[in-house]
Amino acid sequence: MSEEYSVEIVNPEKSFLSKDDVTEVVVPAFEGEIGILKDHISIISFLKPGIIKIFSKSGEESFYVNDGIIEFKNNNLSILTSLILNLKDIDKEKISKIQKSAEEELSKSEINDQEKYLLDQKLEVLNSIN
Amino acid sequence: MASLDDLKKRISSVKSTQKITKAMKMVAAAKLRRAQESAEKGRPYSDKMNNIILNLLNSISDIENAPKLLSGTGEDKVHLCVVMTSDRGLCGGFNTNIIKKAKQYFQKVLDKGKNLKIITVGTKGYDQLKRLYGDNIIERISFKDSKNVNYFDADRVGKIVIEKFEKKEFDVCTIFYNQFKNVITQIPQEQQIIPLNTSEKDENSSEDNYEFEPEEDEILSNLLPKNISTQIFKAMLENSASEQGSRMSAMDNATRNAGEMVDKLTIEYNRSRQAAITKELIEIISGAESL
Repeated sequence: MSEEYSVEIVNPEKSFLSKDDVTEVVVPAFEGEIGILKDHISIISFLKPGIIKIFSKSGEESFYVNDGIIEFKNNNLSILTSLILNLKDIDKEKISKIQKSAEEELSKSEINDQEKYLLDQKLEVLNSIN
Repeated sequence: MASLDDLKKRISSVKSTQKITKAMKMVAAAKLRRAQESAEKGRPYSDKMNNIILNLLNSISDIENAPKLLSGTGEDKVHLCVVMTSDRGLCGGFNTNIIKKAKQYFQKVLDKGKNLKIITVGTKGYDQLKRLYGDNIIERISFKDSKNVNYFDADRVGKIVIEKFEKKEFDVCTIFYNQFKNVITQIPQEQQIIPLNTSEKDENSSEDNYEFEPEEDEILSNLLPKNISTQIFKAMLENSASEQGSRMSAMDNATRNAGEMVDKLTIEYNRSRQAAITKELIEIISGAESL
């Protein structure tokens, strides 16, 4: 029996990526990373800033996401996100731009704990890839 | 009758107008294709978002304690209308149609003695509404600087709306935009986004049991603000496709009208030229006869 399932990543502008031969996807869910294999139970969860790793027959790919929501059902994984970047063709400039706006956001006083947590996460991830 | 020179000038000025409208039509056609493409590409996102929300709603046990964005404030006093129009003119009835639709709604709201607040997106809407409803407009937004419709602009509008909702500045929010059907038909739409309209609940929803991480309510309260931005983004995409389509057909009409005008003027020009020649001939002949 094959161990593959399909994944689709969409952002508001377009369908970003669609693959049928995925063996495992690791997503940065809000309460920690989740690895999803074939025949996972149906799940809905949302993402914090982090790295999505997609393992497939053709190799491994990594993407940075800002936020998002995932739905897994009948061996179909949908990932909705407002900002996604392929780590392969990401440039330093873009990263530092996001970093800067996150820092600015963080320095504002009227943010709540959850926002602060998300922004901290974001900076941590950005630092690790920079 | 206008002199030959005047006619000549008019013909050439109509011709140059025709050139402009023709160029605008061509530009609009090219932009339309792009806008249409991005409207189509944007659909999966909003569809999926909708689906997930519907699935979530199915598994939520107590709808009463659901986030306010979903169930509303329980009151119906202040209506917020987000009127989305274009930043540029010369696009036929595009803006007028939205405004007309919006005005009907405004009248209904005001007749019931409720409060009305307006946010205009795009400068043309503000221009048309400021005279009658100037006091009701609480915010005006324009994306003149951004070339293409992008999600972050929509997110900005969404955040403004949510912020106002959290400050309890309104109870019901409706957006107005043109839905793109085809190049000649655009349908003005009103869509209520707060509280969320869940009447279409039974379509597409599945009986599946989902695992949620974290809890349903928490996901929902995170997802709903995103959904509002998504709906606004969808409206903006539809709007931009409609705008280009509407401009294209308006400019097509203008080009045709200019062509007709040139034809008419040319006939008039030729007639008066002939009349002038005939007059001269008569003068010569009668001059020769009198000798």
